[in-house]
Amino acid sequence: MEILDNLALGFSIALSPWTLMLAVLGCFIGTIVGALPGLGPSNGVAIMIPITFSMGLDAVSALVLLTSIYYGAMYGGRISSILLNIPGDEPALMTTLDGYPMAKNGRAADALVISGVASFVGALLATIGLMLLAPLLSRVAYQFGPGEYFALYLLAFATLGGISSNNQAKAALASCIGLMIAMIGLDPNSGLPRLTGGNLHLYDGIDFLVAIVGLFAVSEIFFFIESHGKSSAAGVTIDKVRVPWRDIWSTRWTMLRSSFLGFFAGVLPGAGASLGSFMTYMMEKSIAGDKGKFGTGVPKGVAAPEAGNNAAAGGALVPMLTLGVPGSGTTAVLLAVLVTLNITPGPTLFTDRPDVVWGLIAALLIANFVLLFMNVPMVKVFVKVLQVPPAILLPGVTMVSFVGIYSLTGSYFDLLLVVGFGVLGYLLRKLDIPTVPVILGILLGHQMEKQLRDAMVLSDGSAWGLIYTRPSQPEDISYIATGLLIAAVLGFFAPIFLRRFITKPQRVSD
Amino acid sequence: MNRLSDRIFGLAMICVALVYIASAMQVQVSFLSDPVGSKAFPIGVASVAIICCVVMILRPDEEPDWPVMWTVVSIIISVLLLVGYSYALKPMGFLIPTAIVSGALSYQINPKPLSAVLTGLGLSIGLFVLFRYILDLGLVPFGKGWF
Repeated sequence: MEILDNLALGFSIALSPWTLMLAVLGCFIGTIVGALPGLGPSNGVAIMIPITFSMGLDAVSALVLLTSIYYGAMYGGRISSILLNIPGDEPALMTTLDGYPMAKNGRAADALVISGVASFVGALLATIGLMLLAPLLSRVAYQFGPGEYFALYLLAFATLGGISSNNQAKAALASCIGLMIAMIGLDPNSGLPRLTGGNLHLYDGIDFLVAIVGLFAVSEIFFFIESHGKSSAAGVTIDKVRVPWRDIWSTRWTMLRSSFLGFFAGVLPGAGASLGSFMTYMMEKSIAGDKGKFGTGVPKGVAAPEAGNNAAAGGALVPMLTLGVPGSGTTAVLLAVLVTLNITPGPTLFTDRPDVVWGLIAALLIANFVLLFMNVPMVKVFVKVLQVPPAILLPGVTMVSFVGIYSLTGSYFDLLLVVGFGVLGYLLRKLDIPTVPVILGILLGHQMEKQLRDAMVLSDGSAWGLIYTRPSQPEDISYIATGLLIAAVLGFFAPIFLRRFITKPQRVSD
Repeated sequence: MNRLSDRIFGLAMICVALVYIASAMQVQVSFLSDPVGSKAFPIGVASVAIICCVVMILRPDEEPDWPVMWTVVSIIISVLLLVGYSYALKPMGFLIPTAIVSGALSYQINPKPLSAVLTGLGLSIGLFVLFRYILDLGLVPFGKGWF
C-alpha cells in the first residue's frame, strides 16, 4: 500500500508538536477570518502570507499554517452566512439560502452544528479523494508538454467566469487585466524590460501578493466606509448548542452526494468552490422537489452547500498540486504561497518533494478534526468574535495588510501599489467584474506566455503546434491538448446559453 | 443613454488597452528571439480585452448603486490617507502614522471621535507589540533621530 506508506511519511512530519500547534493556531485564525463578514478565505490567507514569511518559517510549517487557515476559513464562512445573511465569501452564498431562514426560525445553533458536520464530511472525503486522485493525475501530467499546458491555462481562464458569474465578457476582461499586469517587468526570454513605462520599480514586475492584498483586503475597507459598518452583528446571540443528531442522520445521503459532486466540481480547473456549492444546492433541491421546502430553512439546504463547498475546496487542491493550475480564488492564493516558498507545483512535486505533498495532506486531515472540535462545541466563541465592531476591525485588518507587505518588501512603492489595487478592486466589485480572474492572470501570466512561446519554438512558429505537440511524431495529434482546447471553448460559451435555463439564486432578503 | 457605468468603464479600459498595445509595440526585441517574441502575447491579451470592452459597451449591465457624494469624498480621503501612510511609514516609524491613519479610517466607518481616537491608539500600540515582540518583525517605532 503505497498510499499508507506515504501517509505515514506525512504524519511523521505533521505530527510534531510544533506543526500541530501551528495547525491548531491556523484553524483558529482561519475560522475567525472566515466568520468575519467581508473577510473570506482568500483575504485571510492573503493577509497571513507576508507575515508568515517574515516569521521565517520553513516550507512545511508555513504550508501547514496557511492551509489550516484556508480550511478554517472555509468552515468559518458559514457562520456569518447563517447568522447575518452575509456570506463570508462567495461559495458561502448558497448557505445563506437556507441557513438564514433557519436562524430566523430560532434554529441558529442547529444550523451551525449541521453545517459544521457537513463541512467536516465534505472536507474529509475530499482530502481522501485528493490522496487517491492526485498521484494518478500527476502521472497523466507527465505527458504534458508546453502545448498541453497552454491549453490547460486557457481552459482555466475560460471556465473561471462560468455559470456562477453573471456576465461572460466581464469575467474574460478580468482575466485579461490580470494577464496584462503580469506582462509588466522583464521579459523572461530576452531579459529586456517590457511595459514598465521606464519606472525602475516595475522592472521586477508586480508581486501578486501586493495585488492580492490590495484587491481582496484593502478594497474591503472602502465597502465598509460606504455602508458605515451597518452589516455588523451587534446583538446576535445563540442559545445553548445541542447536537441535533436526528437532523444530521437525516441529511447523511445529502452530505455524501454533495461531497462527491463538490469534489469533482473543485477538481475542474477554474470552476472551483463556488461552482461546487452552487451545483450541490441545485442538485439537492431538485432531488427533494417541492416537498423539500428548500429556501425555507431546512437542514438539507444547509448541509448540501456546505459539504459541496468544503469538498470543492479539497478538490481544488488536486489540479493546483499536480498541474500548477488552481481551481479557485483561494487555491490561487495557496499557489502563490507555494511559488513564494520556491516549491514548483506540478507532476514532479510528488516525486521530488513527497515530504511537502504528504505533509500537507496529513496536515489537512489533522486540521479537519481540529476544526470539527472547534466548530461544534466552541462555535459560541466565534459568534462572539462577530461582534467586534467594524470600526475597529477594518482599520486593524488594513494596518496588518500594510505591515505584512512592508515587512516583506520594505518598499513604499509596493504600498502605493496596494492602495492602487484596493481602488481597482473597489471599482471592479462595484461593476460586478470578478476579481479572482485578475489574481489568476497575474499569477499564471508568465507561465502561460512561456508555454505558448515554447510550444511555438517546438513547431517552428506554426500555430498547429498547439495541437500537434509532438514534433517527433508530426502526424500524431495530441488528444489531451485538443480535448482541453475544445473544453475551453465549450466552457466559455456554454454558460451564456445555459444561463437562460439555470438562474443563480439571489440572496434572500428579509 | 442609461447604464453609463459599464460603458464608461469599457471606454476607459479600451484606452488603457490601446496605450498598452502602443507601448508593447515599442518593446525592444533581442537579436536572439523565438518565433512568438516579446510583443505578441501582450498585444493579443490587450486585443481580447478590447473585444470584451466592446461587448460591455454594447450590452451593459444594470447600473450599480453608487454611493452618495459625501461617501465618495470620505472614500477619497481614505485613499489619500493610505497613500500618505505609504510614504510616511519609513521616515516616521510605525507608531505615529499608524495611530493617525487607523484612527481616521475608524472615524470614516463610524463617526464617533472618542472611539476613533482610542481605536487608533489601541491598534497602533497593540499591533506594534504583536509585530515587534511576538512575531519578531523588524519594525521601527519612531523616525530616525527623534529621541
